[in-house]
Amino acid sequence: MKLSNIGDCGVICDFGNQVNREINSQVINLFHFMKLQIEEKKLVGLLNLAPSYNKLIINFDLKKTNSKKIIDFIEKIDLSKFNFKNDNKEWEIPICYDLSLDLENLSKNLKLDKEEIINIHLSTNFFIYMIGFIPGHPFMGDLDEKLYTSRLKTPRVKLSPGCVGIVEKFCNIYPFQSPGGWNIIGKTPTKLFDTKNNERPCLLSPGDGLKFKLISKEEFESLENEK
Amino acid sequence: MKNNFFEVLRSGINTTYQDEGRFGLQHFGVVPGGCMDEKLFLIINKLLGNKSNEGVIEFAYQGPLLKFHGSKTKFAVSGDVHFNIINSKNEIINGDSNKSYNLDNGDQIDIISTKKSVYGYFGVYGGFEVKSFYKSISTLTKANIGPNNGNKISLSDKIFINIERKSNNTFHINFKNDYDDTIRVLKGPQYDYFSEESKKDFFSKEYLVTNLSDRMGMRLEGKVIKNTVSTNIRSEGITKGAIQVPADGQPIILLTDHPTIGGYPKIANVISADYNKLIQKTPGTKLKFKCINLEEAEKLYKDHFNNISKLLNNLKEI
Repeated sequence: MKLSNIGDCGVICDFGNQVNREINSQVINLFHFMKLQIEEKKLVGLLNLAPSYNKLIINFDLKKTNSKKIIDFIEKIDLSKFNFKNDNKEWEIPICYDLSLDLENLSKNLKLDKEEIINIHLSTNFFIYMIGFIPGHPFMGDLDEKLYTSRLKTPRVKLSPGCVGIVEKFCNIYPFQSPGGWNIIGKTPTKLFDTKNNERPCLLSPGDGLKFKLISKEEFESLENEK
Repeated sequence: MKNNFFEVLRSGINTTYQDEGRFGLQHFGVVPGGCMDEKLFLIINKLLGNKSNEGVIEFAYQGPLLKFHGSKTKFAVSGDVHFNIINSKNEIINGDSNKSYNLDNGDQIDIISTKKSVYGYFGVYGGFEVKSFYKSISTLTKANIGPNNGNKISLSDKIFINIERKSNNTFHINFKNDYDDTIRVLKGPQYDYFSEESKKDFFSKEYLVTNLSDRMGMRLEGKVIKNTVSTNIRSEGITKGAIQVPADGQPIILLTDHPTIGGYPKIANVISADYNKLIQKTPGTKLKFKCINLEEAEKLYKDHFNNISKLLNNLKEI
Protein backbone atom coordinates (compact mmCIF):
# COMPACT_ATOMS: atom_id res chain seq x y z
CA MET A 1 0.00 0.00 0.00
CA LYS A 2 1.30 3.43 -1.01
CA LEU A 3 0.33 6.42 1.13
CA SER A 4 0.42 10.03 -0.01
CA ASN A 5 -1.42 13.32 0.30
CA ILE A 6 -4.13 14.36 -2.16
CA GLY A 7 -4.60 18.12 -1.93
CA ASP A 8 -3.86 19.52 1.53
CA CYS A 9 -6.81 17.89 3.33
CA GLY A 10 -6.78 14.35 1.97
CA VAL A 11 -4.73 11.16 2.18
CA ILE A 12 -4.79 8.54 -0.56
CA CYS A 13 -4.11 4.88 0.28
CA ASP A 14 -3.27 3.16 -2.99
CA PHE A 15 -3.46 -0.65 -3.19
CA GLY A 16 -2.15 -0.99 -6.79
CA ASN A 17 -3.67 -0.83 -10.22
CA GLN A 18 -5.72 -4.02 -10.35
CA VAL A 19 -9.49 -4.17 -9.99
CA ASN A 20 -10.40 -7.41 -8.30
CA ARG A 21 -12.22 -8.60 -5.21
CA GLU A 22 -9.07 -9.42 -3.30
CA ILE A 23 -7.62 -5.91 -3.60
CA ASN A 24 -11.00 -4.28 -3.07
CA SER A 25 -11.51 -6.36 0.10
CA GLN A 26 -8.27 -4.91 1.48
CA VAL A 27 -9.55 -1.40 0.68
CA ILE A 28 -12.84 -2.14 2.44
CA ASN A 29 -11.00 -3.66 5.40
CA LEU A 30 -8.97 -0.46 5.85
CA PHE A 31 -12.17 1.57 5.37
CA HIS A 32 -13.89 -0.30 8.25
CA PHE A 33 -10.80 0.03 10.39
CA MET A 34 -10.59 3.79 9.86
CA LYS A 35 -14.35 4.16 10.42
CA LEU A 36 -13.88 2.49 13.79
CA GLN A 37 -11.04 4.88 14.66
CA ILE A 38 -13.40 7.79 13.95
CA GLU A 39 -16.23 6.26 16.01
CA GLU A 40 -13.92 5.50 18.93
CA LYS A 41 -12.34 8.96 18.58
CA LYS A 42 -8.82 7.53 18.32
CA LEU A 43 -8.00 9.90 15.47
CA VAL A 44 -9.21 13.48 15.54
CA GLY A 45 -10.32 15.59 12.61
CA LEU A 46 -11.34 12.87 10.14
CA LEU A 47 -14.37 13.95 8.09
CA ASN A 48 -14.98 11.38 5.37
CA LEU A 49 -13.80 8.09 3.91
CA ALA A 50 -14.16 7.32 0.20
CA PRO A 51 -13.29 3.71 -0.72
CA SER A 52 -13.06 2.91 -4.44
CA TYR A 53 -11.90 -0.15 -6.42
CA ASN A 54 -8.28 0.02 -5.37
CA LYS A 55 -7.94 3.13 -3.23
CA LEU A 56 -9.17 4.67 -0.03
CA ILE A 57 -9.29 8.45 0.24
CA ILE A 58 -9.44 9.96 3.71
CA ASN A 59 -10.62 13.55 4.04
CA PHE A 60 -9.83 15.53 7.14
CA ASP A 61 -10.20 18.94 8.77
CA LEU A 62 -6.90 20.77 8.28
CA LYS A 63 -7.67 22.84 11.38
CA LYS A 64 -7.38 19.71 13.51
CA THR A 65 -4.88 17.40 11.84
CA ASN A 66 -2.70 17.00 8.74
CA SER A 67 -1.73 14.33 6.23
CA LYS A 68 1.56 13.48 7.96
CA LYS A 69 -0.21 12.60 11.22
CA ILE A 70 -2.67 10.34 9.39
CA ILE A 71 -0.01 8.66 7.25
CA ASP A 72 2.13 8.01 10.35
CA PHE A 73 -0.87 6.47 12.08
CA ILE A 74 -1.72 4.14 9.18
CA GLU A 75 1.89 3.08 8.69
CA LYS A 76 1.97 1.77 12.24
CA ILE A 77 -1.08 -0.48 12.05
CA ASP A 78 -1.01 -4.15 11.12
CA LEU A 79 -4.12 -4.58 8.99
CA SER A 80 -3.78 -8.36 8.78
CA LYS A 81 -4.98 -8.43 12.40
CA PHE A 82 -8.35 -7.03 11.39
CA ASN A 83 -11.08 -8.62 9.35
CA PHE A 84 -14.43 -6.91 9.00
CA LYS A 85 -15.79 -9.22 6.29
CA ASN A 86 -18.49 -10.64 8.54
CA ASP A 87 -20.27 -7.29 8.60
CA ASN A 88 -21.21 -7.56 4.94
CA LYS A 89 -24.69 -8.53 3.75
CA GLU A 90 -26.13 -10.50 0.83
CA TRP A 91 -28.95 -8.76 -1.05
CA GLU A 92 -31.63 -9.95 -3.45
CA ILE A 93 -32.90 -7.07 -5.60
CA PRO A 94 -35.91 -7.41 -7.95
CA ILE A 95 -35.39 -6.51 -11.62
CA CYS A 96 -37.81 -6.17 -14.51
CA TYR A 97 -36.11 -6.76 -17.89
CA ASP A 98 -39.24 -5.69 -19.82
CA LEU A 99 -38.30 -2.13 -18.93
CA SER A 100 -34.86 -2.37 -20.51
CA LEU A 101 -33.75 0.30 -22.98
CA ASP A 102 -30.81 -1.48 -24.59
CA LEU A 103 -31.51 -5.23 -24.49
CA GLU A 104 -32.42 -5.37 -28.21
CA ASN A 105 -29.19 -3.63 -29.20
CA LEU A 106 -27.09 -5.66 -26.79
CA SER A 107 -28.56 -8.84 -28.22
CA LYS A 108 -27.49 -7.77 -31.72
CA ASN A 109 -24.04 -6.54 -30.70
CA LEU A 110 -23.18 -9.44 -28.39
CA LYS A 111 -24.81 -12.01 -30.71
CA LEU A 112 -26.74 -13.52 -27.82
CA ASP A 113 -30.48 -14.09 -27.35
CA LYS A 114 -32.15 -11.70 -24.95
CA GLU A 115 -33.04 -14.73 -22.81
CA GLU A 116 -29.40 -15.72 -22.61
CA ILE A 117 -28.29 -12.21 -21.56
CA ILE A 118 -30.99 -12.19 -18.87
CA ASN A 119 -29.99 -15.63 -17.61
CA ILE A 120 -26.31 -14.72 -17.34
CA HIS A 121 -27.19 -11.49 -15.53
CA LEU A 122 -29.57 -13.27 -13.15
CA SER A 123 -27.05 -15.98 -12.29
CA THR A 124 -24.23 -13.52 -11.50
CA ASN A 125 -23.26 -13.22 -7.85
CA PHE A 126 -22.37 -9.56 -7.77
CA PHE A 127 -19.87 -8.01 -5.40
CA ILE A 128 -20.27 -4.31 -4.56
CA TYR A 129 -16.87 -2.73 -5.13
CA MET A 130 -17.88 0.77 -4.19
CA ILE A 131 -20.76 3.20 -3.82
CA GLY A 132 -20.52 6.69 -5.14
CA PHE A 133 -20.58 9.24 -7.89
CA ILE A 134 -24.07 10.16 -6.67
CA PRO A 135 -25.67 8.99 -3.37
CA GLY A 136 -26.43 5.25 -3.15
CA HIS A 137 -25.02 4.40 -6.60
CA PRO A 138 -23.32 0.93 -6.56
CA PHE A 139 -20.50 -0.25 -8.86
CA MET A 140 -20.74 -4.06 -8.96
CA GLY A 141 -18.87 -6.91 -10.65
CA ASP A 142 -17.97 -9.21 -12.18
CA LEU A 143 -20.02 -9.98 -15.25
CA ASP A 144 -19.34 -12.96 -17.50
CA GLU A 145 -17.04 -11.97 -20.39
CA LYS A 146 -19.87 -12.81 -22.82
CA LEU A 147 -21.68 -9.65 -21.64
CA TYR A 148 -18.71 -7.27 -21.91
CA THR A 149 -19.76 -4.10 -23.69
CA SER A 150 -18.59 -0.49 -23.86
CA ARG A 151 -20.39 2.70 -22.86
CA LEU A 152 -23.02 4.21 -25.15
CA LYS A 153 -21.43 6.54 -27.70
CA THR A 154 -23.82 9.29 -26.65
CA PRO A 155 -24.83 9.17 -22.98
CA ARG A 156 -28.53 9.61 -22.25
CA VAL A 157 -29.44 13.00 -20.84
CA LYS A 158 -32.04 11.64 -18.45
CA LEU A 159 -32.43 8.17 -16.94
CA SER A 160 -35.20 7.44 -14.46
CA PRO A 161 -34.37 6.14 -10.96
CA GLY A 162 -33.96 2.35 -10.76
CA CYS A 163 -32.34 1.81 -14.18
CA VAL A 164 -29.84 -1.08 -14.12
CA GLY A 165 -26.87 -0.67 -16.47
CA ILE A 166 -23.84 -2.66 -17.64
CA VAL A 167 -20.39 -1.67 -18.98
CA GLU A 168 -17.37 -3.98 -19.29
CA LYS A 169 -17.41 -6.32 -16.28
CA PHE A 170 -19.47 -3.91 -14.20
CA CYS A 171 -23.15 -3.43 -13.38
CA ASN A 172 -24.74 -0.38 -11.75
CA ILE A 173 -28.12 0.91 -10.56
CA TYR A 174 -29.08 4.58 -10.97
CA PRO A 175 -30.70 5.64 -7.65
CA PHE A 176 -31.80 9.08 -8.87
CA GLN A 177 -32.79 10.65 -12.12
CA SER A 178 -29.49 11.41 -13.80
CA PRO A 179 -27.59 11.42 -17.08
CA GLY A 180 -25.89 8.12 -17.88
CA GLY A 181 -23.86 6.26 -20.49
CA TRP A 182 -24.33 2.66 -19.35
CA ASN A 183 -26.37 0.08 -21.32
CA ILE A 184 -29.72 -0.22 -19.55
CA ILE A 185 -30.82 -3.86 -19.32
CA GLY A 186 -33.66 -3.50 -16.82
CA LYS A 187 -35.17 -1.58 -13.96
CA THR A 188 -35.61 -2.16 -10.23
CA PRO A 189 -38.36 -0.72 -8.01
CA THR A 190 -36.05 -0.93 -4.97
CA LYS A 191 -35.17 2.42 -3.42
CA LEU A 192 -31.40 2.55 -2.89
CA PHE A 193 -31.18 5.84 -1.04
CA ASP A 194 -33.86 7.10 1.33
CA THR A 195 -33.46 10.73 2.37
CA LYS A 196 -36.19 10.23 5.00
CA ASN A 197 -34.09 7.62 6.83
CA ASN A 198 -31.72 9.43 9.17
CA GLU A 199 -30.23 6.24 10.62
CA ARG A 200 -29.42 4.19 7.52
CA PRO A 201 -30.16 6.19 4.38
CA CYS A 202 -28.19 3.93 2.02
CA LEU A 203 -29.41 0.38 1.45
CA LEU A 204 -26.18 -1.17 0.14
CA SER A 205 -22.61 -1.01 1.45
CA PRO A 206 -19.22 -1.49 -0.20
CA GLY A 207 -18.29 -5.17 0.15
CA ASP A 208 -21.89 -6.49 0.15
CA GLY A 209 -23.04 -9.27 -2.22
CA LEU A 210 -26.02 -8.87 -4.54
CA LYS A 211 -28.15 -11.05 -6.82
CA PHE A 212 -31.00 -9.95 -9.04
CA LYS A 213 -34.42 -11.63 -8.97
CA LEU A 214 -36.70 -11.57 -12.01
CA ILE A 215 -40.06 -9.82 -11.68
CA SER A 216 -42.78 -9.09 -14.24
CA LYS A 217 -43.93 -5.66 -15.35
CA GLU A 218 -47.09 -6.10 -13.22
CA GLU A 219 -45.02 -6.97 -10.13
CA PHE A 220 -42.74 -3.99 -10.84
CA GLU A 221 -45.72 -1.66 -11.01
CA SER A 222 -47.30 -2.94 -7.81
CA LEU A 223 -43.95 -2.60 -5.97
CA GLU A 224 -43.55 0.94 -7.35
CA ASN A 225 -47.00 1.85 -6.05
CA GLU A 226 -46.17 0.55 -2.56
CA LYS A 227 -43.31 3.05 -2.21
CA MET B 1 -42.88 29.63 14.18
CA LYS B 2 -45.96 29.46 12.02
CA ASN B 3 -46.61 33.21 12.28
CA ASN B 4 -43.13 34.36 11.31
CA PHE B 5 -42.07 33.70 7.77
CA PHE B 6 -40.72 35.17 4.54
CA GLU B 7 -42.85 34.95 1.44
CA VAL B 8 -40.75 34.40 -1.69
CA LEU B 9 -41.74 37.02 -4.29
CA ARG B 10 -38.75 36.21 -6.54
CA SER B 11 -36.56 33.17 -6.01
CA GLY B 12 -33.21 34.44 -7.29
CA ILE B 13 -30.68 32.07 -8.84
CA ASN B 14 -29.72 28.73 -7.28
CA THR B 15 -31.17 29.79 -3.95
CA THR B 16 -30.73 26.96 -1.43
CA TYR B 17 -30.44 26.25 2.30
CA GLN B 18 -26.83 25.49 3.28
CA ASP B 19 -24.63 25.05 6.34
CA GLU B 20 -21.09 23.71 6.88
CA GLY B 21 -22.01 20.45 5.11
CA ARG B 22 -22.89 16.83 5.78
CA PHE B 23 -19.98 14.64 6.84
CA GLY B 24 -19.56 10.89 7.31
CA LEU B 25 -21.57 9.67 4.31
CA GLN B 26 -19.03 9.88 1.47
CA HIS B 27 -18.69 6.07 1.34
CA PHE B 28 -22.40 6.03 0.43
CA GLY B 29 -21.84 8.56 -2.35
CA VAL B 30 -22.95 11.63 -0.43
CA VAL B 31 -20.64 14.61 -0.91
CA PRO B 32 -20.35 16.95 2.12
CA GLY B 33 -21.64 19.94 0.12
CA GLY B 34 -22.54 22.93 2.28
CA CYS B 35 -21.80 26.63 1.76
CA MET B 36 -19.50 27.39 -1.16
CA ASP B 37 -17.90 30.28 0.76
CA GLU B 38 -17.02 29.23 4.31
CA LYS B 39 -15.76 32.69 5.22
CA LEU B 40 -19.02 34.47 4.32
CA PHE B 41 -20.97 31.71 6.10
CA LEU B 42 -19.03 32.25 9.35
CA ILE B 43 -19.38 36.03 9.01
CA ILE B 44 -23.15 36.02 8.63
CA ASN B 45 -23.72 33.85 11.70
CA LYS B 46 -21.32 35.99 13.73
CA LEU B 47 -23.21 39.16 12.70
CA LEU B 48 -26.46 37.62 13.87
CA GLY B 49 -25.11 36.15 17.10
CA ASN B 50 -26.01 32.64 15.90
CA LYS B 51 -24.11 29.44 16.55
CA SER B 52 -21.35 29.20 13.92
CA ASN B 53 -23.08 26.35 12.04
CA GLU B 54 -26.61 27.81 11.85
CA GLY B 55 -28.22 27.21 8.44
CA VAL B 56 -28.36 30.10 5.97
CA ILE B 57 -29.64 30.75 2.44
CA GLU B 58 -27.10 30.85 -0.40
CA PHE B 59 -27.73 32.48 -3.78
CA ALA B 60 -25.66 32.97 -6.93
CA TYR B 61 -25.52 36.29 -8.83
CA GLN B 62 -29.12 37.26 -8.03
CA GLY B 63 -30.75 36.78 -4.65
CA PRO B 64 -34.41 36.47 -3.72
CA LEU B 65 -37.05 39.15 -3.14
CA LEU B 66 -38.62 38.36 0.23
CA LYS B 67 -41.55 39.81 2.17
CA PHE B 68 -41.58 39.34 5.93
CA HIS B 69 -44.80 38.36 7.65
CA GLY B 70 -44.65 38.31 11.45
CA SER B 71 -43.69 40.51 14.33
CA LYS B 72 -39.93 41.05 14.41
CA THR B 73 -36.73 39.50 13.14
CA LYS B 74 -33.12 40.38 12.45
CA PHE B 75 -31.26 39.54 9.24
CA ALA B 76 -27.97 40.04 7.44
CA VAL B 77 -26.61 39.61 3.92
CA SER B 78 -22.96 38.61 3.59
CA GLY B 79 -20.72 38.93 0.55
CA ASP B 80 -20.24 41.65 -2.02
CA VAL B 81 -23.94 42.19 -2.61
CA HIS B 82 -26.22 44.99 -3.77
CA PHE B 83 -29.59 44.91 -1.96
CA ASN B 84 -32.43 47.13 -0.76
CA ILE B 85 -34.83 47.05 2.15
CA ILE B 86 -38.33 48.20 1.23
CA ASN B 87 -40.18 49.01 4.43
CA SER B 88 -43.93 48.74 4.98
CA LYS B 89 -44.31 52.46 4.08
CA ASN B 90 -42.73 51.62 0.68
CA GLU B 91 -39.54 53.57 1.47
CA ILE B 92 -36.43 52.13 -0.16
CA ILE B 93 -33.30 51.91 2.00
CA ASN B 94 -29.97 50.90 0.45
CA GLY B 95 -28.62 47.86 2.25
CA ASP B 96 -25.01 47.28 3.26
CA SER B 97 -23.56 43.78 3.12
CA ASN B 98 -21.90 42.29 6.19
CA LYS B 99 -24.16 44.22 8.53
CA SER B 100 -27.22 43.09 10.53
CA TYR B 101 -30.63 44.82 10.30
CA ASN B 102 -33.89 44.66 12.21
CA LEU B 103 -36.97 43.82 10.19
CA ASP B 104 -40.66 44.17 10.98
CA ASN B 105 -43.98 43.02 9.59
CA GLY B 106 -44.51 43.87 5.92
CA ASP B 107 -40.87 44.81 5.21
CA GLN B 108 -39.27 43.45 2.06
CA ILE B 109 -35.67 42.56 1.21
CA ASP B 110 -34.71 42.82 -2.44
CA ILE B 111 -31.36 41.13 -3.01
CA ILE B 112 -30.57 42.54 -6.43
CA SER B 113 -27.17 41.11 -7.34
CA THR B 114 -23.70 40.17 -6.30
CA LYS B 115 -21.06 42.62 -7.53
CA LYS B 116 -17.67 41.18 -8.58
CA SER B 117 -18.46 37.76 -7.12
CA VAL B 118 -20.75 34.75 -7.53
CA TYR B 119 -22.14 33.74 -4.12
CA GLY B 120 -23.85 35.68 -1.37
CA TYR B 121 -25.71 34.69 1.80
CA PHE B 122 -28.89 35.64 3.61
CA GLY B 123 -29.40 34.66 7.24
CA VAL B 124 -31.72 35.43 10.14
CA TYR B 125 -31.29 35.58 13.90
CA GLY B 126 -31.91 32.08 15.30
CA GLY B 127 -31.92 30.43 11.88
CA PHE B 128 -34.60 28.96 9.63
CA GLU B 129 -37.15 26.38 10.70
CA VAL B 130 -36.13 23.44 8.51
CA LYS B 131 -35.56 19.74 9.09
CA SER B 132 -32.03 18.41 9.02
CA PHE B 133 -30.92 15.18 7.41
CA TYR B 134 -27.89 13.48 8.89
CA LYS B 135 -27.09 16.48 11.10
CA SER B 136 -27.12 19.00 8.25
CA ILE B 137 -29.60 21.21 6.43
CA SER B 138 -27.41 21.52 3.32
CA THR B 139 -29.27 21.06 0.06
CA LEU B 140 -27.93 18.64 -2.56
CA THR B 141 -30.38 19.12 -5.43
CA LYS B 142 -29.13 16.26 -7.64
CA ALA B 143 -30.12 13.71 -4.97
CA ASN B 144 -33.03 15.67 -3.46
CA ILE B 145 -31.28 15.80 -0.11
CA GLY B 146 -32.07 18.63 2.31
CA PRO B 147 -34.99 20.90 3.24
CA ASN B 148 -37.70 21.79 0.70
CA ASN B 149 -37.44 18.16 -0.56
CA GLY B 150 -33.91 18.87 -1.66
CA ASN B 151 -35.01 21.51 -4.15
CA LYS B 152 -33.99 25.09 -4.77
CA ILE B 153 -36.19 27.71 -3.11
CA SER B 154 -38.86 28.85 -5.56
CA LEU B 155 -41.54 31.49 -6.07
CA SER B 156 -44.32 31.52 -3.44
CA ASP B 157 -42.41 29.30 -1.02
CA LYS B 158 -42.66 30.23 2.64
CA ILE B 159 -39.43 30.42 4.60
CA PHE B 160 -40.18 29.97 8.30
CA ILE B 161 -37.87 31.24 11.02
CA ASN B 162 -37.16 29.64 14.41
CA ILE B 163 -37.43 32.60 16.82
CA GLU B 164 -38.13 36.33 17.00
CA ARG B 165 -35.29 38.76 17.70
CA LYS B 166 -34.63 39.44 21.37
CA SER B 167 -32.74 42.73 21.05
CA ASN B 168 -32.49 45.58 18.58
CA ASN B 169 -28.67 45.72 18.57
CA THR B 170 -27.07 45.50 15.14
CA PHE B 171 -23.50 44.82 14.08
CA HIS B 172 -21.13 44.99 11.15
CA ILE B 173 -17.84 43.43 10.08
CA ASN B 174 -15.58 45.28 7.66
CA PHE B 175 -13.21 43.49 5.34
CA LYS B 176 -11.66 43.81 1.91
CA ASN B 177 -12.34 41.36 -0.88
CA ASP B 178 -9.44 39.48 -2.40
CA TYR B 179 -9.45 40.09 -6.15
CA ASP B 180 -6.17 38.29 -6.87
CA ASP B 181 -6.61 35.83 -9.75
CA THR B 182 -3.66 33.57 -8.93
CA ILE B 183 -4.80 30.24 -7.51
CA ARG B 184 -2.22 28.15 -5.67
CA VAL B 185 -2.32 24.39 -6.14
CA LEU B 186 -0.58 21.17 -5.15
CA LYS B 187 0.36 18.56 -7.77
CA GLY B 188 -2.48 16.09 -8.36
CA PRO B 189 -2.23 12.27 -8.15
CA GLN B 190 -1.92 11.93 -11.95
CA TYR B 191 0.37 14.93 -12.47
CA ASP B 192 2.84 12.73 -14.39
CA TYR B 193 0.17 11.71 -16.94
CA PHE B 194 0.63 15.05 -18.69
CA SER B 195 3.30 16.11 -21.18
CA GLU B 196 6.20 18.27 -19.97
CA GLU B 197 5.08 21.07 -22.24
CA SER B 198 1.49 20.92 -20.92
CA LYS B 199 2.68 20.99 -17.33
CA LYS B 200 4.64 24.16 -18.16
CA ASP B 201 1.61 25.64 -19.93
CA PHE B 202 -0.64 24.90 -17.00
CA PHE B 203 1.52 26.96 -14.68
CA SER B 204 2.28 29.81 -17.08
CA LYS B 205 -0.75 30.37 -19.33
CA GLU B 206 -4.09 31.86 -18.30
CA TYR B 207 -7.23 29.75 -18.01
CA LEU B 208 -10.60 31.37 -18.51
CA VAL B 209 -13.54 30.69 -16.17
CA THR B 210 -16.48 29.77 -18.46
CA ASN B 211 -20.25 30.00 -18.04
CA LEU B 212 -20.36 26.25 -17.46
CA SER B 213 -19.72 26.65 -13.76
CA ASP B 214 -21.96 25.80 -10.82
CA ARG B 215 -21.82 24.28 -7.31
CA MET B 216 -20.45 21.04 -8.80
CA GLY B 217 -17.61 22.33 -10.90
CA MET B 218 -15.94 25.13 -12.81
CA ARG B 219 -15.08 24.51 -16.45
CA LEU B 220 -12.03 26.35 -17.72
CA GLU B 221 -10.87 27.17 -21.22
CA GLY B 222 -7.28 27.62 -22.29
CA LYS B 223 -4.27 25.92 -23.85
CA VAL B 224 -5.12 22.23 -24.32
CA ILE B 225 -3.43 20.00 -21.74
CA LYS B 226 -2.00 16.90 -23.40
CA ASN B 227 -2.22 13.56 -21.69
CA THR B 228 0.57 11.13 -22.60
CA VAL B 229 -0.57 8.14 -20.51
CA SER B 230 -4.35 7.63 -20.37
CA THR B 231 -7.36 9.92 -20.42
CA ASN B 232 -9.27 7.53 -18.17
CA ILE B 233 -8.21 6.12 -14.82
CA ARG B 234 -9.85 3.61 -12.50
CA SER B 235 -12.54 5.66 -10.78
CA GLU B 236 -11.31 6.94 -7.43
CA GLY B 237 -12.47 9.22 -4.63
CA ILE B 238 -12.53 12.95 -5.31
CA THR B 239 -11.48 15.80 -3.07
CA LYS B 240 -12.83 19.34 -3.24
CA GLY B 241 -10.74 21.54 -5.51
CA ALA B 242 -9.36 18.69 -7.62
CA ILE B 243 -8.51 19.83 -11.17
CA GLN B 244 -9.37 17.05 -13.59
CA VAL B 245 -8.54 17.00 -17.28
CA PRO B 246 -10.87 14.97 -19.54
CA ALA B 247 -9.92 13.84 -23.06
CA ASP B 248 -10.58 17.28 -24.61
CA GLY B 249 -7.70 18.72 -22.56
CA GLN B 250 -9.73 21.51 -20.93
CA PRO B 251 -9.52 21.48 -17.12
CA ILE B 252 -12.52 21.27 -14.79
CA ILE B 253 -12.15 22.26 -11.13
CA LEU B 254 -14.40 20.11 -8.95
CA LEU B 255 -16.24 22.22 -6.41
CA THR B 256 -18.34 21.74 -3.27
CA ASP B 257 -21.08 19.49 -4.75
CA HIS B 258 -18.63 17.34 -6.77
CA PRO B 259 -19.36 13.68 -7.56
CA THR B 260 -17.76 11.50 -4.85
CA ILE B 261 -15.98 9.29 -7.39
CA GLY B 262 -14.50 10.14 -10.77
CA GLY B 263 -12.42 8.61 -13.52
CA TYR B 264 -10.50 11.50 -15.09
CA PRO B 265 -6.82 12.16 -14.35
CA LYS B 266 -6.18 15.07 -12.01
CA ILE B 267 -3.29 17.42 -12.73
CA ALA B 268 -3.55 19.46 -9.52
CA ASN B 269 -5.59 20.29 -6.43
CA VAL B 270 -6.47 23.83 -5.29
CA ILE B 271 -5.16 24.54 -1.78
CA SER B 272 -7.73 25.04 0.98
CA ALA B 273 -6.53 28.59 1.66
CA ASP B 274 -7.44 29.69 -1.89
CA TYR B 275 -10.77 27.86 -2.19
CA ASN B 276 -12.97 30.78 -0.97
CA LYS B 277 -11.27 33.09 -3.44
CA LEU B 278 -11.63 30.60 -6.30
CA ILE B 279 -15.37 29.93 -6.02
CA GLN B 280 -16.17 33.66 -6.17
CA LYS B 281 -14.51 34.03 -9.61
CA THR B 282 -17.07 35.04 -12.22
CA PRO B 283 -17.10 33.75 -15.84
CA GLY B 284 -14.62 35.69 -17.90
CA THR B 285 -11.98 35.78 -15.14
CA LYS B 286 -8.54 34.64 -16.28
CA LEU B 287 -6.97 32.38 -13.68
CA LYS B 288 -3.30 31.65 -13.22
CA PHE B 289 -2.12 28.59 -11.33
CA LYS B 290 0.91 28.49 -9.10
CA CYS B 291 2.42 25.26 -7.80
CA ILE B 292 3.46 25.15 -4.14
CA ASN B 293 4.33 22.33 -1.74
CA LEU B 294 2.32 20.70 1.02
CA GLU B 295 4.09 22.43 3.92
CA GLU B 296 3.46 25.83 2.33
CA ALA B 297 -0.22 24.94 1.75
CA GLU B 298 -0.66 23.91 5.38
CA LYS B 299 0.98 27.10 6.61
CA LEU B 300 -1.16 29.23 4.27
CA TYR B 301 -4.32 27.56 5.54
CA LYS B 302 -3.34 28.29 9.11
CA ASP B 303 -2.82 31.96 8.19
CA HIS B 304 -6.08 31.98 6.24
CA PHE B 305 -8.03 30.62 9.16
CA ASN B 306 -6.35 32.95 11.66
CA ASN B 307 -7.33 35.85 9.43
CA ILE B 308 -10.96 34.71 9.43
CA SER B 309 -10.88 34.41 13.24
CA LYS B 310 -9.47 37.95 13.47
CA LEU B 311 -12.21 39.19 11.16
CA LEU B 312 -14.90 37.56 13.29
CA ASN B 313 -13.45 39.13 16.43
CA ASN B 314 -13.60 42.49 14.73
CA LEU B 315 -17.39 42.57 15.08
CA LYS B 316 -18.51 46.16 15.75
CA GLU B 317 -21.80 47.31 17.21
CA ILE B 318 -23.56 49.99 15.16
